[in-house]
Amino acid sequence: MTTLTPKDKDTVKTFWAKISPKAAAIGADALGRMLVVYPQTKTYFAHWKDLSPGSAPVKKHGATVMGGVADAVGKIDDLTAGLLNLSELHAFTLRVDPANFKILAHNILVVLATTFPNDFTPEVHVAMDKFLAAVALALSEKYR
Amino acid sequence: MVEWSEQERSIITSIFSNLDYNDVGPKALSRCLIVYPWTQRYFANFGNLYNAEAIKTNPNIQAHGTKVLHGLDRAVKNMDNIKGTYAELSVLHSEKLHVDPDNFKLLADCLTIVIAAKMGSGFTPEIQATFQKFLAVVVSALGKQYH
Repeated sequence: MTTLTPKDKDTVKTFWAKISPKAAAIGADALGRMLVVYPQTKTYFAHWKDLSPGSAPVKKHGATVMGGVADAVGKIDDLTAGLLNLSELHAFTLRVDPANFKILAHNILVVLATTFPNDFTPEVHVAMDKFLAAVALALSEKYR
Repeated sequence: MVEWSEQERSIITSIFSNLDYNDVGPKALSRCLIVYPWTQRYFANFGNLYNAEAIKTNPNIQAHGTKVLHGLDRAVKNMDNIKGTYAELSVLHSEKLHVDPDNFKLLADCLTIVIAAKMGSGFTPEIQATFQKFLAVVVSALGKQYH
């Protein structure tokens, strides 16, 4: 939607430093929530034995996804270039409908709110929302 | 018609009976105005909305946030006919207030975040699903009378 201002990037990096020790758990919680609250997203994981929150595949994959977000924080100054390989992966191999990036982003924000209620202020919320939208855009680059 | 299980009804009534309207309402509305600044277009005569601090301390916004949240009471009390219950409010938002119905979802998302922060780990995936289902029905009802 928009480019990230220097203030946005600063807010994201500062907040990320605070939350990164819990990144894997945040990812697992967000993914687990998404599968429950938006059941249509389960269609991408038909090959998993157990899609319930807290299950092994959900925990593992949640950590993988948040690893990607961590990577994006480090490449915040040029997300399009930095996430090129991940974009190709999502476009050609995984073929995840980009609408789902927004859905997962929402659930990440919900988990940030439940885990860091005092730090996830409206100012941090808007910066993180913009950042996750920018990540989604970079991931969609190679789709067509 | 929307079907509600006994569990879903009890989750919704429980959330709202434990709510401090004077706290959650203002928090949700001010968060909406900060996270989605274009929503400020509906509050041009509310005074100083110049920055996040001003929005958070604006007494008009606080009063209005409380009012909006109390507006949800009607849905809680009439879960089997939210569409009918909100017909008049829908006309009001369309004909008098001229609110783009897409904005209802934005406020609903901010309310979800505020409730999530309040309930912490108690805001389980199941409770989130029920709460979001409830808000989706409210949002749809509020948009029904637009033409």
